[in-house]
Amino acid sequence: MSHVFGDTMLLFRRSVTHTFRSPEILVGVTVSPIMFVLIFRYVFGGAIEIAGTSYVNFLMAGIFIQSISFGALTTAMSLAYDFEKGIVERFFTLPMSRPAIVIGRTIADAIRAIFSVFVMVIIGYIVGYRPVGGPLDYLAALGVMVLFSFAISWVGALLAIFIPNPEALQQLSFVIILPLTFVSSAFVDPATMPAGLQAFAENQPVSQAVDAVRSLTTDLPADGSILNSILWSIGILVVAVPTVGWAFRRVGSR
Amino acid sequence: MTTVTSETAIRASGLTKSFGDVKAVVGVDIEVPRATVTAILGPNGAGKTTVVRMLTTLLKIDAGTAEVGGVNVAKDPNAARLKIGLTGQDTAVDELLTGRENLILIARLTRLSKQEAIRRADELLTRFDLHEAADRNAGTYSGGMRRRLDLAASMIADPEVLFLDEPTTGLDPRSRIDIWKKIEELVAGGTTVLLTTQYLDEADELADDIVVIDHGTVIARGTSDELKDRVGGQRLEFKVSGPEALDHAAEKLEAQNVEIVGRDEREHRITVALTEGATQVARLIDSLEFEGVKIEEVFVHRPTLDDVFLTLTGQHVATDEEESLS
Ligand SMILES: Nc1ncnc2c1ncn2[C@@H]1O[C@H](COP(=O)(O)OP(=O)(O)O)[C@@H](O)[C@H]1O
Ligand SMILES: [Mg+2]
Repeated sequence: MSHVFGDTMLLFRRSVTHTFRSPEILVGVTVSPIMFVLIFRYVFGGAIEIAGTSYVNFLMAGIFIQSISFGALTTAMSLAYDFEKGIVERFFTLPMSRPAIVIGRTIADAIRAIFSVFVMVIIGYIVGYRPVGGPLDYLAALGVMVLFSFAISWVGALLAIFIPNPEALQQLSFVIILPLTFVSSAFVDPATMPAGLQAFAENQPVSQAVDAVRSLTTDLPADGSILNSILWSIGILVVAVPTVGWAFRRVGSR
Repeated sequence: MTTVTSETAIRASGLTKSFGDVKAVVGVDIEVPRATVTAILGPNGAGKTTVVRMLTTLLKIDAGTAEVGGVNVAKDPNAARLKIGLTGQDTAVDELLTGRENLILIARLTRLSKQEAIRRADELLTRFDLHEAADRNAGTYSGGMRRRLDLAASMIADPEVLFLDEPTTGLDPRSRIDIWKKIEELVAGGTTVLLTTQYLDEADELADDIVVIDHGTVIARGTSDELKDRVGGQRLEFKVSGPEALDHAAEKLEAQNVEIVGRDEREHRITVALTEGATQVARLIDSLEFEGVKIEEVFVHRPTLDDVFLTLTGQHVATDEEESLS
């Protein structure tokens, strides 16, 4: 346990190195976010009316959080490959801190997701994104996104630990992440959805994060979403972190 | 328990492990003297990996005890890990890192300082003939190079005991011999090795002692020579023209007191154990031809795992799909 910090740094650096050496990940970090912004901006931008702000301003918060949510998939897949290749098993035979395997990776993945957000802000600005808020609002929005990104990345890690098969994981993640990001406030106002969907869409963690960031970057009201989003992220971590720790401790004891 | 003398590097008794209804390993005893090599020989699904995973703290031992370097692996897994190096069945190499970065990472996670890690990586890259490729991504390495890198990684902490799970499976003959050489060097340097293999020739080449397992239990053990005495030396295999010729040949061979170790009715093949070397081959062929047996093909080969099984259990190595899950 005493090596958590040092080992986390080592594995964080490994993940960062992977990012720069893997064209797939680099595309995921830069090109995909740019495409999201352009597609949503120009495909839906003309069709959807939002009261109180422009659709671009409304949309961007949704795209940030959607992109961050897909980061869970990156975490899950890369950890699953480490399992599949026996790399995790090698780590398990070393006198190192096991939680560092996940902590190092989730920190790297969270930073990567936030980097993508910056890319999207720039592209968004070019196509008409004009957030309204003060520096503190933006800082708060960043805080909400960092926390959400970190939490969602742990969910990805948890999935990989219980389903260490990259193919199965890919299928499953889509089944989980797609509904969460689309049945949400990310792209449309949930008030336009059927009642059952609406209740889910308004309260689930993706929507809370979207609403929080949206309220901090437009004139739309927060309605408690900032606190809710923080609570959701902390709640997710409170469940995921000990579960991962428990799963790792179980290795060699079953 | 008797006290562990420093002469015994691995001492396991009654190792047992089940996965649900599958009894993967049942009551396996292994004792490996320091600086020697023991091979666990067995077909796919025999329980080799399960034994290795128990001894390397990766699996809980259901029953039995295991000590590695004098440390009880169940009671003190962390202390055991300091004595153990493992090269698993899958090549655990990070393809996006260079060979050097792979080794430095493992060295740092093994608690070496930065300078020590760099020095150690350099030393191992040289020792495992990877110096030229050291700064290339491991993803560009050949199978043999990956295995060598994997082996180097498990030697970072200069472990007392090295576990190698099928170290040459899937390698071309040349790389295989390279790996053998490296293993021999390590043992000459005082490392104790427990390896698993499906190949009798590999066990024969490397191991001082061989433990043959099947369906999770030990079916034979001994030195390579002892096993070969039981299994016999080279094999001579005849393919004859048909079923009658097969019966005829068998009868004539038995009349000469030659041990028939295999018979394939479908392919009309008959296999005998050679006891007297090459001249015996000519003599046997001549005598069969003389008796009017039409021989279509002749093969001479060293005993395989299948021959060992045939001799020890009277059965071929199981090859059904179910049996070959590894
Ligand atoms: N994690 C596991 N869960 C269920 N069954 C397993 C597991 N690991 C191994 N087995 C089963 O245990 C038996 C021995 O497997 P293994 O030790 O991998 O054999 P080998 O390495 O000799 O090929 C096989 O029948 C295999 O299917
Ligand atoms: Mg195996």
